[in-house]
Amino acid sequence: MGIYFDHAATTPMSQPAIDALNQQISRIGNASSLHTQGRSVRREVEEAREAIARIAGCGPSEMIFTGSGTEANNLAIKGFYWKRVHEDPARTVIVISAFEHHAVLDPVEWLESHEGAHIIQVPIRADGVIDLEALKDIVEQNRSKIALIAVMHSNNEVGTIQPIREVVEIAGDIPVHTDAVQSFGKVDFNFDELGVTSATISAHKVGGPLGVAALILERGIDITPILHGGGQERDIRSGTLNAPSIVSFAAAAEDAGTNRDSRYVAIRELRRYLIDSLRRVLPDIRVNGDVEPSLPGIANITFPGTESDGLLLLLDAEGVASSTGSACSAGVPQASHVLLSMGISERDARSSLRFSLGASNTRAEIDHLTSVIESVVERARAAHLRH
Amino acid sequence: MKVIAAMSGGVDSAVAAARAVEAGHEVVGVHLALSSNPQKYRSGARGCCTIEDSHDARRAADVIGIPFYIWDMAEEFHDGVVENFLSEYAAGRTPNPCLRCNEKIKFAAVLDRARALGFDSVVTGHYAQMRETELGRTMHRAEDPLKDQSYVLAVLNKTQLDGAVFPLGDTYKEEVRKEAKRRGLYVANKPDSHDICFVPSGNNAGWLHDRLGTETGPIVDEDGVKLGEHQGAYTYTIGQRRGLNLTVPAEGGAPRYVLNIEPKSNTVVVGSHEALAVSAIEGEKAIWCGPVPTPATNYRGFAQVRAHGSPLACTYSTDSERISVQLDEPLFGLATGQGLVIYDGDRVVGSATIDATE
Ligand SMILES: Cc1ncc(COP(=O)(O)O)c(C=O)c1O
Repeated sequence: MGIYFDHAATTPMSQPAIDALNQQISRIGNASSLHTQGRSVRREVEEAREAIARIAGCGPSEMIFTGSGTEANNLAIKGFYWKRVHEDPARTVIVISAFEHHAVLDPVEWLESHEGAHIIQVPIRADGVIDLEALKDIVEQNRSKIALIAVMHSNNEVGTIQPIREVVEIAGDIPVHTDAVQSFGKVDFNFDELGVTSATISAHKVGGPLGVAALILERGIDITPILHGGGQERDIRSGTLNAPSIVSFAAAAEDAGTNRDSRYVAIRELRRYLIDSLRRVLPDIRVNGDVEPSLPGIANITFPGTESDGLLLLLDAEGVASSTGSACSAGVPQASHVLLSMGISERDARSSLRFSLGASNTRAEIDHLTSVIESVVERARAAHLRH
Repeated sequence: MKVIAAMSGGVDSAVAAARAVEAGHEVVGVHLALSSNPQKYRSGARGCCTIEDSHDARRAADVIGIPFYIWDMAEEFHDGVVENFLSEYAAGRTPNPCLRCNEKIKFAAVLDRARALGFDSVVTGHYAQMRETELGRTMHRAEDPLKDQSYVLAVLNKTQLDGAVFPLGDTYKEEVRKEAKRRGLYVANKPDSHDICFVPSGNNAGWLHDRLGTETGPIVDEDGVKLGEHQGAYTYTIGQRRGLNLTVPAEGGAPRYVLNIEPKSNTVVVGSHEALAVSAIEGEKAIWCGPVPTPATNYRGFAQVRAHGSPLACTYSTDSERISVQLDEPLFGLATGQGLVIYDGDRVVGSATIDATE
């Protein structure tokens, strides 16, 4: 029992991260304090910052720790928007890909409804990759009015990796933010090489603890803060640093980085095995965003004629954890905006599930899924017909 | 059995789900999202359509230790309940949306879906009792006379009732609250809901005005003499006395009551209390909760015409599609569109929608 195919939602903490957290959690000290204990904690935090920066390909001073990936995305989006509009009131356009995570999409929509922003969404191709030609046109036509461009590094629902370097090239001197929450520690991600202005990473997706993340922000660039207070992080983010979690985040990042490539291959093979196995019993399934390069473990599958919330319920009852797109605040299942952006019909989007595999998954677990999927799909189809 | 527990976020459905688990069933909790935009119908805090309620339901499911899902029934609810509510009012009748919700949503759309997914039944926190009797599995009034909800369940046919479980029917509400507290369900003290869940703060007339528009029409007496004006006939209910704002006083100052609503001519007819007397009731679209009475035979029983009305001694007969009732004592003020429910003692025989009175 308890087959976990939802690693993209959160993944178990790695042993080094657990050890680091356990060790740090009983120490006292506020990294901003001037006394011995404070200095000692600060040293640990700064070493962690350097370690994560090394893996992310940025300078330590470019790492701004936050309380979540969601916060880091909000800080980048609102911070850039307010700063850029303040400098030039005509710059109210925010360009985003049409399938950003809600942690980017929602702050942008909030700026539109409260702060006079204008959103332009860059279309996504059927294979789950941003349409660069369309982006080029958008930027050419609106260059002087664009406050920022945000395109995620990899998509959390279909796993496709986006051509960020090309986005940066097209952007020229317009700031580019990339949400790299799903990429960091799993696939190639290097802040300097990409040339983006800012990027978000989050600990709990790479085997670190929940509730700690970072905005990587190019040196020398100031954005408008959203949290004001002690000014701990470059005066851009205030709040006493969560030292134990930051140290644990670094341990997780280092562990993920050590054997990243072999882990990638193993998980990618497992994913292929899952798709092949399911296809053997259900030849009519479709895999969404099945391209290279991609995140290793994500398999987004349409089961025609079913309803994903029925599938989810039945699979959960069989001991298999998977995930549907997203739900509104009241929890009502909604067709995934990611799949819709790829031109998938509302009907098919509502018949899709995401399986996201991690290093701990096994072929035996996939075999269990394969053994129950036929009857699950059959019942989910019947439920859809009655619905 | 594998059962779906419909969980509204209130105390009754939470305790019902907990009892189903204790009875050894495999239980999955489901909260019905009845509006795709939870604020669309209702802005107040209570009711069945708020985010808070779905969170309360989820918390209760977690405490009980069962899986919990939200099922989107917004379309079905809108088409089957809200639209029906509006069109019935527009046609001059007074509908009961809770009946329709049980008939079309909870024990139709939800039960169908549950069965397709491999479940046997739907468990709810309704106060009514299913019993095995010599007539088969039959529905009876709840132990707690103040909470008895057999009236709003009388729209369920045999097949639907076979898939229904009501674990609270033998218990008084106060006991249910105490039990909720014992079980650590923090909804224990949540107030009961009384209003129509999709109408904010009980303002039925205002809600109808917003949707059906305002159309001035005459208020007349039984001879057709105009006594005043109204802003929409559909906001009146037969038997209503207040809020008529008549400009011509009645002879002798006797109070006047709404006798009839004529939607086509947008006319409201008023008259004396005696003119409201009804002793014969006709209902259409009969639904039988147990065995179907032999056609064209007179039976003795009780008729109930309101959710919290009293049972009225009567003689009834049916041709299986329609039900005809002769009351022992007249009843004053009865709107068409209401549910007519027939009882044999405390057993629910069946129901029909009132379409004529005399
Ligand atoms: C692409 C992406 N961005 C942002 C987030 C939010 O990160 P966090 O959970 O740290 O707030 C997630 C996680 O759900 C994600 O997948």
